[in-house]
Amino acid sequence: MAVHGDQDGSPNRRDVIAGVGGLFAAGIVLTPLAAEATPEAVADVVKKLTGGKEVKAGKVILSVPQIAENGNTVPLKVNVDSLMSGSDFVRAVHIYADGNPAPDVATFNFSPMSAKVEVQTRMRMAKTQNVIAIAQMSDGTFFSSQAEVKVTIGGCGG
Amino acid sequence: MTMEKPRVKLPNKAKKGEIIEIKTLISHPMETGQRRDAQGKVVPRNIINKLLVTYNGKELFSASLAPAISANPYISFFARADESGTIEFTWIEDGGEKMTHRETIEVS
Repeated sequence: MAVHGDQDGSPNRRDVIAGVGGLFAAGIVLTPLAAEATPEAVADVVKKLTGGKEVKAGKVILSVPQIAENGNTVPLKVNVDSLMSGSDFVRAVHIYADGNPAPDVATFNFSPMSAKVEVQTRMRMAKTQNVIAIAQMSDGTFFSSQAEVKVTIGGCGG
Repeated sequence: MTMEKPRVKLPNKAKKGEIIEIKTLISHPMETGQRRDAQGKVVPRNIINKLLVTYNGKELFSASLAPAISANPYISFFARADESGTIEFTWIEDGGEKMTHRETIEVS
């Protein structure tokens, strides 16, 4: 895995002031580099998802390591307590992180054939941050769980 | 083609109603669009942004992925083995390119 060098690669003055056309182009290309997910950015994304509905604690079990030595690949597991039948099932699980260049990590969509909600993946973490898992239930309610991961060596531009 | 070698692990035989685990992995750099090359140029974003899984043609599971998912995306999930047939996996890259893999399952 190549080193994600963003420390010395933040939008450089010379890039930005390289003529009007350059300014425009560089603006488009470089803006995402400067953007950082923050707890507020995650809260905004969650609000958009839920339409302002309350997100309750419970039902969701988020398993992540307390300390990740390598931020390029941090294992993550989400379980949601649900019968996955009739009117009680989990439509989706959304994962966000508040210390990466962007809040989104992944969304998993389930069906009644899923039978059980337990999903695993591996994610990148630029630095020590919180991971948030939100379960979207079939009845329109939301449940969440959050955990902090201390990252020794960051991935994705950290 | 940056998508390579899709690998899927699931039991190819199951009892009706059994809950089975399905593990998927595909080789892909998941280029974030944040990284710079040796010349200092931003390497354009190129990720697998979706995995779609169908069971005998019906949608079983799907995942939307962001650049925060690690290279060579690994995703595992569960399903209930209801009937014999085919489970089909489709990975979709940013440019719209797709890779499909099929597994058969015999349910008794």
